[in-house]
Formats: sequence, C-alpha cells, structure tokens
Amino acid sequence: MIEIKNLHANIEGKEILKGLTLTVNAGEVHAIMGPNGAGKSTLASILAGREEYEITEGEVTFEGADLLDLSTEERAHLGLFLAFQYPVEIPGVSNVNFLRTAINETREAKGEDPISAKEFMAMVREKSKIVELDSKLASRSVNEGFSGGEKKRNEIFQMAMLNPKLAVLDETDSGLDIDALRIVANGVNTLKSADNASIVITHYQRLLDYIVPDFVHVLHDGKIVKTGNKDLALELEEKGYDWIKEETQVG
Amino acid sequence: MGQYTENELAKDLENQDYKFGFVTDVETETIPVGLNEDIIRLISSKKEEPAWLLDYRLNAYKTWLTMSEPDWAHVRYKKPEFQKITYYAAPKQTKKYESWDDVDPEMKETMAKLGISLEEQKRLTGVAVDFVMDSVSVATSFKSKLKELGIIFCSFSEAVQEYPELVREHMGTIIPHTDNFYAALNAAVFTDGSFCYIPKGVRCPMELSTYFRINAGGTGQFERTLVVADEGAYVSYLEGCTAPQRDENQLHAAVVELKALKDAEIKYSTVQNWYPGDKNGVGGVFNFVTKRGLCETNAKISWTQVETGSAVTWKYPSCILKGDHSVGEFYSVAVTNNHQQADTGTKMIHLGKHTKSTIISKGISAGDSQNSYRGLVQIHKNAHKSRNFSQCDSLLMTDHCGAHTFPYIECKNPSAQIEHEATTSKIGEDQLFYCKQRGISEEKAISLIVNGYCKEVLNQLPMEFAVEAQKLLAISLEGSVG
Repeated sequence: MIEIKNLHANIEGKEILKGLTLTVNAGEVHAIMGPNGAGKSTLASILAGREEYEITEGEVTFEGADLLDLSTEERAHLGLFLAFQYPVEIPGVSNVNFLRTAINETREAKGEDPISAKEFMAMVREKSKIVELDSKLASRSVNEGFSGGEKKRNEIFQMAMLNPKLAVLDETDSGLDIDALRIVANGVNTLKSADNASIVITHYQRLLDYIVPDFVHVLHDGKIVKTGNKDLALELEEKGYDWIKEETQVG
Repeated sequence: MGQYTENELAKDLENQDYKFGFVTDVETETIPVGLNEDIIRLISSKKEEPAWLLDYRLNAYKTWLTMSEPDWAHVRYKKPEFQKITYYAAPKQTKKYESWDDVDPEMKETMAKLGISLEEQKRLTGVAVDFVMDSVSVATSFKSKLKELGIIFCSFSEAVQEYPELVREHMGTIIPHTDNFYAALNAAVFTDGSFCYIPKGVRCPMELSTYFRINAGGTGQFERTLVVADEGAYVSYLEGCTAPQRDENQLHAAVVELKALKDAEIKYSTVQNWYPGDKNGVGGVFNFVTKRGLCETNAKISWTQVETGSAVTWKYPSCILKGDHSVGEFYSVAVTNNHQQADTGTKMIHLGKHTKSTIISKGISAGDSQNSYRGLVQIHKNAHKSRNFSQCDSLLMTDHCGAHTFPYIECKNPSAQIEHEATTSKIGEDQLFYCKQRGISEEKAISLIVNGYCKEVLNQLPMEFAVEAQKLLAISLEGSVG
C-alpha cells in the first residue's frame, strides 16, 4: 500500500524527520506513538502534501505512484485520507455540499460520472449512522460551531463517505471524552477491510484499546526506533517514553 | 504539481478572465463628441422628446456646470475628460422592433453570447427582458403578457412617449438632478434605460430584467431606470451589465430610482460585470452610479448587488424609509481583483417610526485591488423605535490588496436600536489545504469558500441569477490567492 523509505524532512531549516522508514500493507492497522515533538504530526502532514515542509532525502511510494511528486488533491484522488487533528471550519459551506464536491472531484479525476443526488443522499444516511452523527450536522456548515467531539466524528464520517485506501488519523483521540472515543474508534473499525489500511497516530495508549493495531511503532527524534505488537503500547503506557529514549541513545 | 504548470495555469486564466470582451459588429449611429447645450438639444430631438424633458435636461446641465467631481471616495483614477466622450450611440436601425423577428441577427448573436437567450426565455421561464445596447433599448420581451395585468415594462424612451404623465410625475423625485455630479450629468444626457410601473395591488408574476451593454468605443453609457410599485404591488427586478474589452476607460453614470408606495415591495438585484480592465489596470469601466429608493408606509425595498466588474466603482444603493414601518435592505458582494477599486455601500435614512433596515456587505479583495465599504445609517428624530443591523465583512485573498470599512452612524432618536458588526479575515491556507486533502482542486476550493462566505447575499438573488453570480465570482477570483 505505502512504502516510506529513509524519509528526511525540514521545516524552516530544522530537521524533523531523520530517516523514517515504514511499510504498510493492505488490511493492516499501524499505530505510531511517540513523545511530543517526535515528528508524528509532521509525518501526517508530509503524507498529505503540506507545502511548508522540505523533503531532503528519501522516497514514498503509494499505490505504485511516487507520492512526493503528486499534489495534495492527486494524493486524495488516489485514496489517501487524513483525519485532521484540528479540523477546519468553512463557514457557509454545508457538509453535504463539501462532501459532494469532494466525491465528484475524485470521480472526475478517475474519469467517472458525478454521483447522483439520490445515491449521494442514501450514502449520507448510511454513513452518518456509523459515527452516530446527527443528520442535522450533515446539513450544517463544515465544522462550524461543532464541538470537539463532533468535529472528530465528522472527520470519520467524511472518511466513510470518501472510502479511502489509506487513512492517516492524526491524534484523532485528542480532546475526546470516552463516549466520543468509542464512537470514533467504532467507526474506524467498521470501515476496516482487507483492501484498506490505516496509520493511527496517537500520544496515548487508550485509543488502542478500541482500535487494535497490528503493529505499534515508536517514533522518536524523527525516526522509528522500535516496532512491536499491541503489547508495546501497553508497555509504553506503563513506563513512559524515557526508557525508549535511553535505549536509543545507548544504541 | 510543479511550479511550472501552476504558472502556466495562472497565465491561461489571465487571458480568459473576461469572457464578455467582444465587440458586436453593428452599424452604430453616433453624434459629435463633446458636451454642450446643442448636444443635449440634439439628443432630445433624436428621441423626439416633449419640451418639459428638454428643459429638465438643460436645467440639469446648468447645475452640472457649477458642480465639481466628488473626491471623497477611497479611489484614485484619472478624471474623465467630459468633452472627449460621445454622449449618444445607438445601433443603427431606426425602426422600432415590433417583434423578436425584427431584431438584427448580429444583436441576437450578442445576446446569445451574453447568455441571454430571449427565444428560450420566451418559451420557458418567467423572466421578461429588456436589452439596452449602448444608448438604446433594443428588445423587450413579454410586453403584451404584462400589459394584461396593467404592468408597464418598457424602455425609458418609450415610456416618455407613451406614458409621459407617469414619467413626469415620478422622475427625479427621489434623485433630483441637483443630487450629485454624476446624477446631474446623467439627468442632462441620459439616453435610455428602463421604466417599470406596477399598478395597485398587482403582484408581478415574473422577474423583470434589463440587460445593459456598452458596445461602441469612446462612448459613455448614461441610462436611467425608474421603477414605481403602486400601493400593495410587488416586483422583482434584475439588472445585468457587461462591456467589451477596451484600453480606454469608459464612463458609466447611471441613475436608478425606486418608489415603493404604501404596502408595496420592490426587490432590485444587480449583477454588475462591466469590463474591469486588464491585469495591469489598463482600461475598464468607470462605474459612477446613483441608486436610491423611497419607501412609503409599510413598504419594503431590498437591494441585492453582486459587483465583480468595473475598474472603479462608486455606488451606494440607498433607501429613504419615509413611511412608518417601512423596511430597507441592502445585500452586497463586492469583488475586486488586479487593480480594481470599489467604494460601495449604502445609506439607510430612517424618517418614519418603527422603520427597519438591514445591511449585509461582503467585500472580497484580491490582487492589488482596493475594496471599501462606505455606509450611512441615519436615524431622524421622529423615527421612534427604529432599528438597524449592519454586518460588514471583508475577505482578503492576498497580502497586497486592501479592505476598508467606513461606517457612519447618525442617531437623533434615543429609542432607536443600531447594531454594527464587522470582520476582516484572510482566506485561510488551512481551509484550502483541508479542501485539497479531500480531493478538491484549489480553484474549486476558492469558489466553495467564497460562495460560503457570500451565502447570505447570494441567497437573496433569484435562482437563475444566483447560479450566474456564483460562476461569476469563481471567474473573477481565479488564480487569485497569494
């Protein structure tokens, strides 16, 4: 699905990623954990195509294409989805209008016809159930006046509508109470299939009680320094990140 | 996407931005260049006008000579040389159009290019259209159907001939020729425009629409529109404007007067798309327009404008809320790009008791443009319990454009309630990135965000106009974020 090799990236002259390597196959869920400032969100931003970052070395192959050579929207058309840590408000633009535009732009890029209104509305009804999203929220302006939990649920709702190949969830658990966390995680689990994959970026282990990862990676100082299964997350929860830092320094 | 393709794209967009820049090849009849009493007499005689109207013109001309061009607006431009303008130009065909079939094929083609297919509209929808090219009205559709209801919708010249008493009774009563420099000039030299009268208690069953077009070079366009809604009447009126792409600055100084008698309602919508000049600020229309409406008791006037064209705009559609319980509304989207300058807003003059006004102004500045909102809310001492709500938002697309707000509030009645809200924001990189991550291209994303921002105003437009306006916004702002 995606292969990241020796990725180095700078922002404003400061090196954030220092040789990150990661392979994700279809059907897998990967968790990326790590202390603040390790480069977790930077990784998400670079994959999605934020322009502030300068890639100095390495390569990323996504669905056989050179990801770094594609524009943000081309990456989206290929099936890359980013659930934002801080979803953006767009006043006056309804959620449904936004999503319909997004779906049709993707269809157009693939040479397909636009979605019919009937098919689209049926999809809205079906997918909003997955995240228990009030149907009223679908007709409200994108994220405007949404609570923190509603914003995150809306991200997963959009993910369900766009049906991506690879979903990158950037600290989707931050700011969520336990009910919202359960709903969001449930949404992600429902959408999981043998054909798609997700990268779940999180600071805390608790999200992984609900979304069970196949692999847990620890990101520290711009590199993946340790990889394990879900037990690694529990160990991190118990011991914190310091032992990893020490281990890395020794190594 | 590499830098190269983006630049290429930007270049393509620059060249295609104004799609109404063509010139129609029809024979044009013009009069000698310049302005003096003889020219005014000539215009008046060409239009076979009654003596009172000629006197009105000459009187206005004398007043105009004593006035100077206003310079308080936040715009800078080279003042027009009034002796170098041709004040009358008409497509050469003196005979009146009895039916659609009589209309010059070139003219029909022009209308088709502008997206006004009268033929189709005749069959399909409820829009009656009057088409004014250069100085003369060339086609009015649906006339007979409207006539059955007693509604008069015709060119101004025709109204002068057919309904002189009505014209004389109302013309210049809301905007006297002494009002301002451009209104005086218009009163002296106006050549055509639209006239509309809705009789007592009649609800006009269709949108009335006038399409203004400057075609000939070196000419000015000075049209006059007069809409009178008698007691309890209702009308929705639309106005669209375009002009060819020329290197010179063409002058457009129009006057629009609306009169809503007791319990009447007038909804006046404009989509103004005069040629804005090229990306370096060469050419474009100077749009110096006076628009004002008067509301009698319980009447309502609603102005909606989408302003995307013109090199310089100076325009303040206003409401005089004379009658008790009358309502004035102003909804505006003003877009400026490249070197365009706009100073636009409204005046709400509250004279009657319990009068109410709403102002929603959305300014969008891109390129090196300057966009100003200028508004006056005036509550007179007898206007008990009057209310105003104003909201003025500005959206900046680049780092080198300007947005300015000049709100004036004068309140002489302590029971009045006035609210003013203003915001300025820059189109967010975060919003754009969010859209792009969902697969939406930058151009589509801008159009989505801008339309969302203008939604309250666009919602006021009749359906078919709203769609047109959305497209226009997208075209005007293509490649404008920086």
